[in-house]
Amino acid sequence: MKLETVIGLEIHAQLKTRSKIFCGCSTAFGAAPNTHTCPICLGMPGVLPVLNRKVVEFAIKLGLATGSTIKPFSQFARKNYFYPDLPKGYQTSQFDLPIIEHGFIEIEADGIEKKIGITRIHMEEDAGKLIHDEHEPVSFVDLNRTGTPLLEIVSEPDMRSSEEAVAYLKKIHLLLRYLDICDGNMQEGSFRCDANISMRPLGQEQLGIRTELKNMNSFRNVQAALEFEIRRQRDLLLDGEKVIQETLLWNPDKNRTESMRGKEDAHDYRYFPCPDLIPVVIDEAWIAEVRKLLPELPDERQKRFVTDFGLPEYDARILTGTRELADYFERALQVCNAPKKLSNWIMTEFLREIKGDVGPWIACCKVVPESLGALIDLLEKGKISGKIAKTVFLVMMETGKAPLDIIKEQNLDQVSDHDELSALVKEIVAAHPSQAEEFKGGKTKLMGFFVGQLMQKTKGKANPQVANELFTKELAG
Amino acid sequence: MYPYELTIGQALEKLNSKELSSRELTLSCLDRIADIDGHIKAFISVNRDYALAMADKADAAKGDERGVLCGIPVSIKDLLCTKGIATTCGSKILENFIPPYSATVVDRLEQEGAVILGKTSMDEFAMGSTSETCAFKVPENPWRRGYVAGGSSGGSAASVAACECLASLGSDTGGSIRQPASLCGVVGMKPTYGRVSRYGLVAYASSLDQVGPFSRDVRDCALMMNVIAGYDTKDSTSVQRAKPDYTQSLITGMKGVKIGIPKEYFGAGLDPEVEAVVRKGAALLQEAGAEIVDVSLPHTDYCVAVYYLIAPAEASSNLARYDGVLYGYRDMTAESLIDMYKESRSAGFGAEVKRRILLGTYALSSGYYDAYYKKASQVRTIITNDFKKAFELCDVLISPVAPSPAWKFGEKGDDPLEMYLSDIFSISANLAGIPGISVPGGFSREGLPIGIQLQGPHFKEEVLFRVAYNIEKSAGVSDKRPVL
Repeated sequence: MKLETVIGLEIHAQLKTRSKIFCGCSTAFGAAPNTHTCPICLGMPGVLPVLNRKVVEFAIKLGLATGSTIKPFSQFARKNYFYPDLPKGYQTSQFDLPIIEHGFIEIEADGIEKKIGITRIHMEEDAGKLIHDEHEPVSFVDLNRTGTPLLEIVSEPDMRSSEEAVAYLKKIHLLLRYLDICDGNMQEGSFRCDANISMRPLGQEQLGIRTELKNMNSFRNVQAALEFEIRRQRDLLLDGEKVIQETLLWNPDKNRTESMRGKEDAHDYRYFPCPDLIPVVIDEAWIAEVRKLLPELPDERQKRFVTDFGLPEYDARILTGTRELADYFERALQVCNAPKKLSNWIMTEFLREIKGDVGPWIACCKVVPESLGALIDLLEKGKISGKIAKTVFLVMMETGKAPLDIIKEQNLDQVSDHDELSALVKEIVAAHPSQAEEFKGGKTKLMGFFVGQLMQKTKGKANPQVANELFTKELAG
Repeated sequence: MYPYELTIGQALEKLNSKELSSRELTLSCLDRIADIDGHIKAFISVNRDYALAMADKADAAKGDERGVLCGIPVSIKDLLCTKGIATTCGSKILENFIPPYSATVVDRLEQEGAVILGKTSMDEFAMGSTSETCAFKVPENPWRRGYVAGGSSGGSAASVAACECLASLGSDTGGSIRQPASLCGVVGMKPTYGRVSRYGLVAYASSLDQVGPFSRDVRDCALMMNVIAGYDTKDSTSVQRAKPDYTQSLITGMKGVKIGIPKEYFGAGLDPEVEAVVRKGAALLQEAGAEIVDVSLPHTDYCVAVYYLIAPAEASSNLARYDGVLYGYRDMTAESLIDMYKESRSAGFGAEVKRRILLGTYALSSGYYDAYYKKASQVRTIITNDFKKAFELCDVLISPVAPSPAWKFGEKGDDPLEMYLSDIFSISANLAGIPGISVPGGFSREGLPIGIQLQGPHFKEEVLFRVAYNIEKSAGVSDKRPVL
């Protein structure tokens, strides 16, 4: 029996709004516990929520970027359950009338392009956090995160492998970063993902029994957890056993999924429309206004890099792989007219230096894009050699100084002056008569030796092309 | 005449002419409370020092600093948050809760110089029709010992009727202002849903709750509305709409006004004495120039059923926050989280609150939602349409507020359904979101007050004030006070 994997993802993206979804408290991460709270997000008696319009704007942005239907009328609903990190005893979310429906994105996995459907995207509030004492059976509640706006993005069960699922996840991540509505930090939990996974005989329409995977806080964990779960389900089914519908937690230390059974009974969330909030009404004018705020999206930008700058697809994909890198490239290009040379440099010398996530690294990188552009310009115009460029770049990385300043300070200008160089060339040929003879006798490989000698004398500053010409002329005689 | 007996209108004249100081007036009320509240039990808490400080501030205010209620002592239902002052909601679970914020309506009263004397007794979380479910004090009807003041805002109504204060704020989810106003012989208005901010009103059923005033005459009620009505950025369900000066609608004469008599409100179960008072009220309006028309609200019979699905459903969610985690009563003996929830809520809530939480939880449960909550919401729309059609034929509906005058304590205690059915005339206004007012219309042979209810279209409080004013002028009962 040939089995087909079916995966659907639920993504929770924390929005980068300055204040919370229903009150004016800050959403900043990492503050002292319970300092970013007020009677509203603490769920005190008699307080009422007021919707942050920015949250709706961000949702519309994502809706537009995923080709979705933005509903003219949507509604908040209450999801009722008891937990100490949920001070109201319900989460204000959306249920039967979400703000966004019927979208899709395009992904590429294993060299194949594919459309993945988005069922719905809805707005909701995040819960707080419990902190369990390591030594005593005591728990603490931190409600700073309570009321942080989230978008829940629910995909269709359109993915057929862990690679497709990760490609989808990365693409949504990229879109959120391009739209600048979520910082995408998986470790801090501002970008979270749960997966629904099932198997069915190839060709069968009906879906198999699914499990839900949670606790995967990196792309690598998502991939590993899905692969583990695919193998586990496949082994069960091929042995004639059944998959049990349950929630599983990924244990990254043991590299396996573990059942959550017992911890989570079948919840009845008793959803009903939230009577404290009026329906969210979005007209065409609002959508048009938000559309104007949309940046160029990754797919469009990748295409433009190919057509406008003549870059290969491969370069374009890597450069547009994060908004920050693409922005960096375009800013550097303002001062040098050599897209391919710049691209090569960014993909090798520049990216080699990167530690951690590209975005934050670029934000604190000492080499501003205009400086890198200037360096490439000097290289392109033959003012410095590739070797010197690399030396200058390392100094730039360390000091943040402009390339010309470094070249001047360290006296690294390339010497292209024929008169200055031909005197040295004559000197070198005279000093090495046997090599000169051999060269004249046909051993042209020795050109490298002569140029090397010149470079030594000029501390690498001689223009190699000019050096070649001068030696050829000198040794021809 | 003692200062505490004055209406707001009379008191303002004396205060503005310096014939009386706010301190004198406030002390007069505080003394009155000290004298009689032992048996009226209208107040859960009285803040003497705070009240006198506010009174002194009012006395010191000059010119523009003097708000429209400058120096007027009022009481506040203990369901409305008062910054720094315990707000119990009549429940053990919030016995020691002191909010760090005030309800918008409380802020507005204070901005206009009102003096807050204390917080009034009420049914626990406003769930009840007699205030008997209050965990601390059950108010008594000032007109007769051993009789209920009504509910849930029984303490507010009793405090105004017994002249312990000049006016009060209550809340009305299914008649909780109008019914005790009727039973205690004072004026009480439930404004249009969205007319008054709910911020800081502890929620019972959010889509039905509305804050409103109690007063001893219609003009005072209009004055109170002038202060509390209006849009509030903190309440998304409050409506951005110009607010009129309600005192301008107190016009003598009813020419050009059509009064509708909904036939469904005069059927079996209505006390004949109550019917007589309402019919007399209609006749007086006719004499004053009004046209009387018969109208129908055909779905009236469904109101109680719809209300007792929607209100408990919302309450089951609204009251989930009383879990013992962050504030309020917590059982300290529980060994686990689940036990802490169970024990805290079992001990903290009274029987009626628990009954409604269970009812509401059931109505929202998976598999029952469509049959109960959703169906009730659909019927609610039909009931609202009944009113829209009726208001095509008339400007105001006249009807009883409650099927009978006040009754004895414990008389309807055994059968919650019988108690629920007594709300039949008042809950439809909440379901439809329309304004309603109860104005004193007469007395029973036993000497118990009987109110007349007027209901109008959305945001037409002015018309209600005009009609209520004319009833007050002609019925001749508004200056009667209980002998205490």
